[in-house]
Amino acid sequence: MMPVTYYVALSAMLFTIGALGVLIRRNPLIIFMSVELMLNAANLAFAAFARSYQNLSGQIFVFFVMTVAAAEVAVGLALLVAIFRTKHSINIDEMNSLKG
Amino acid sequence: MTTDFIVFSILALVAIATAFGMLLSKSAVYSALFLVLNFGTVAIFYILLNAPFIAMAQVSVYAGAIMVLFLFVIMLLGTAVLPASKALPWQRPLAFILALILAGESVYLLFVRKAASGEIPQPVETFGSPQAIGNALFNQYLLPFEVTSVLLLVAMVGAIVLTLKEKKP
Repeated sequence: MMPVTYYVALSAMLFTIGALGVLIRRNPLIIFMSVELMLNAANLAFAAFARSYQNLSGQIFVFFVMTVAAAEVAVGLALLVAIFRTKHSINIDEMNSLKG
Repeated sequence: MTTDFIVFSILALVAIATAFGMLLSKSAVYSALFLVLNFGTVAIFYILLNAPFIAMAQVSVYAGAIMVLFLFVIMLLGTAVLPASKALPWQRPLAFILALILAGESVYLLFVRKAASGEIPQPVETFGSPQAIGNALFNQYLLPFEVTSVLLLVAMVGAIVLTLKEKKP
């Protein structure tokens, strides 16, 4: 078993890559994927700490985060489809008006 | 140089490489496939961390259901590659600097605090088994568990309502 610090460092790296993806990519689908990557990095830290403190609550929390991620993806992708129908483009730079 | 360390470093390399592949590939389809590989490696990390149930949920929910949904939407919209738009010139350098700062901060805190380093005792045999997870889920965490079902129902209804075609009056 590796020290938990290694896992948390890896989780921090993955989270940073996800944040970078949100900042530099202009395709909202890839931005969503980056958000998934960040949630996943947080999950990895949860699981590592659950193992280190011998406490199952961390793993239960991973379970809940997965549920929330699934709900978020369903609603977010539905929003993207709705936006694509009205604007015929999903480029994030062109979404600059509230009225559609 | 134990086997643990070798396995961990290879998996960590794969995880970070696939994350960068997701970030940098031109087509959203390639990004999705890189992300599936990333989720797979994280599932192996869960197995290493004595969390087999979470690993299976990761493979079936994340790498299975969520990524299939992503691929469906990418192909439905036909927007795997977006036409290039004029980007803000300072955006990329600034984003890289901010990401470096974030990574530096987290690594600094991690190695300054030294909260949980050192050898970790081997857990009991049933730690993280589906039985233990189910026991905790249906006793200690029953209310949150039920609330997640409502959350999923709301998300489902929301997704259907958002994508319904409006009837012409």
